[in-house]
Amino acid sequence: MHPAYSVIFFTTASGAGFGLLTLLGILGPLQQLPNDRWFGLVALFVAFALAVSGLLSSTLHLRSPSRARYAFSQWRSSWLSREGVAAVATMIVAGVFAIGWVFFEATAGWWGAAGLLAALGAVVTVASTGMIYAVLKPIRQWHDPLVVPAYLLFALATGAVWLDAVVTVLARNNQALSLGAIVLLVLAWGVKAAYWKRIDTGQSISTPESATGLGALGPVSLLMAPHTEENYLQREMGYRVARKHAVKLRGLAVIGGLALPVPLLVAGWLLPAVPGSVCAVLAALLATLGVLVERWLFFAEARHTVTLYYGHRDG
Amino acid sequence: MTSLPKQPSARKLGLVIDLDTCVGCHACVVNCKEWNTGGYPAPLTDQNPYGKDVSGAWLNRVHTFEAGEGADGRTVHFPKSCLHCEEPLCVSVCPTGASYKRNDDGIVLVDEDRCMGCGLCAWACPYGAREMDMGVGVMKKCTLCIDRIYNENLDEADRVPACVSTCPASARHFGDLGDPGSAVSQLVAERGGYDLMPEQGYKPTNKYLPPRPRRDATTAGSRPERLDEARPEGGFLGWVDRLLSAV
Repeated sequence: MHPAYSVIFFTTASGAGFGLLTLLGILGPLQQLPNDRWFGLVALFVAFALAVSGLLSSTLHLRSPSRARYAFSQWRSSWLSREGVAAVATMIVAGVFAIGWVFFEATAGWWGAAGLLAALGAVVTVASTGMIYAVLKPIRQWHDPLVVPAYLLFALATGAVWLDAVVTVLARNNQALSLGAIVLLVLAWGVKAAYWKRIDTGQSISTPESATGLGALGPVSLLMAPHTEENYLQREMGYRVARKHAVKLRGLAVIGGLALPVPLLVAGWLLPAVPGSVCAVLAALLATLGVLVERWLFFAEARHTVTLYYGHRDG
Repeated sequence: MTSLPKQPSARKLGLVIDLDTCVGCHACVVNCKEWNTGGYPAPLTDQNPYGKDVSGAWLNRVHTFEAGEGADGRTVHFPKSCLHCEEPLCVSVCPTGASYKRNDDGIVLVDEDRCMGCGLCAWACPYGAREMDMGVGVMKKCTLCIDRIYNENLDEADRVPACVSTCPASARHFGDLGDPGSAVSQLVAERGGYDLMPEQGYKPTNKYLPPRPRRDATTAGSRPERLDEARPEGGFLGWVDRLLSAV
């Protein structure tokens, strides 16, 4: 599948934003974070900036973005529509939560309830993003039970490293948080490793023989394509560049997203304020970059059954 | 609403495509483009049509496959357009309500005034039946020529999809596949018509008829007798014959 940069940036950034919002919405009301308005302002600003920039970039791949408002109408059947509805609802509730934290330095009671609701909404939003891909049967690498858990864990893990960065810079009280972020990172990449193993060993249920129904005559191969130049279907679904470098890119993703951030997170709580803060911010940036590569691979390694009609054997 | 009809429609309009008789001339492809660039999904644009990297939205394409190997290999021309599935994931993933399946006849359509061009429906189709129109910014697909088949301004014989009306080999048939007595249903029963990729679970309406078994020494009929030589006995031709034989 063609990796559209807007969609890759969108799922990574809004994943981190909603992950951060989930943690703020739970840890805030539980009184595990500073109630101070400046802390609330910065932490919620980072969460909103990531989530909103992601959502806005998702409209860049639309060919008729002026009709995007209709996308909120089909929540009964479409996960893309559900994602949109959940994202907007989450933003509204999170806005209420933010008013309490920033203006009244209150994260308990009704303000806290809004936070918990926002956390729930954020989880539903990210799960809906994952479901958009997981329901697509023609793409075996996406129609997989590990897709939604991976989306959720990467959102929480990147959210946690960003929260750790904000806490380290502003408050310096973070051993538990850094440890939590490390656990989430390990879990997320563990699920990703299992996912990679699954897609490497799995096989498409469809073949050129079943796609044409001509298997009874023998093996089927493409003799002439229907057209001389690439069409929309081939550009959109026949992407092959990454496959060549998949192993290297997976290594890079794990180094950037896990191997480097973990020692940086540890350094963040061991080192004094300034170098510690630099380490924590670097960890957040690298973890996000690692997920960006992972997301790019998620597209580039996926194969659509339509390629069976264009001479590929493994759909 | 992109929820599917609760009950599958009784009428299932669709195509039956005969892979035995299709000669791969692409006339159906061209006539489809011709009709539809002025019909329901108009315009059906091309990009750079006279230059390098020609590209465009077409609703029907003919692939050519080789099935079998060596001397047993056969060339099979393979037209493909929307199969108007009973379980069209392209419809249920649509976030805007632009894609829908009609209750009355099962035709899958795009309401272009609601389509935002996200392309998710094309991802959801295992057959590659939907193509983005880059000139208009909305998704295009076969309409089963909805503006021909119900068009009372046309002669009744012409109320079939453009691809069917133009096929010189009569390899394309149009009708109600929900009615077991219809001509297309009987053709499917008689010739062993089948679904493409049944394992994907989309329950396509369109059916494909397999190439007939190749004739060999045991199945081929007796050769026709050689024609007799011309033996004009009389009249003008007989005189010419005699004259030329004598020269």
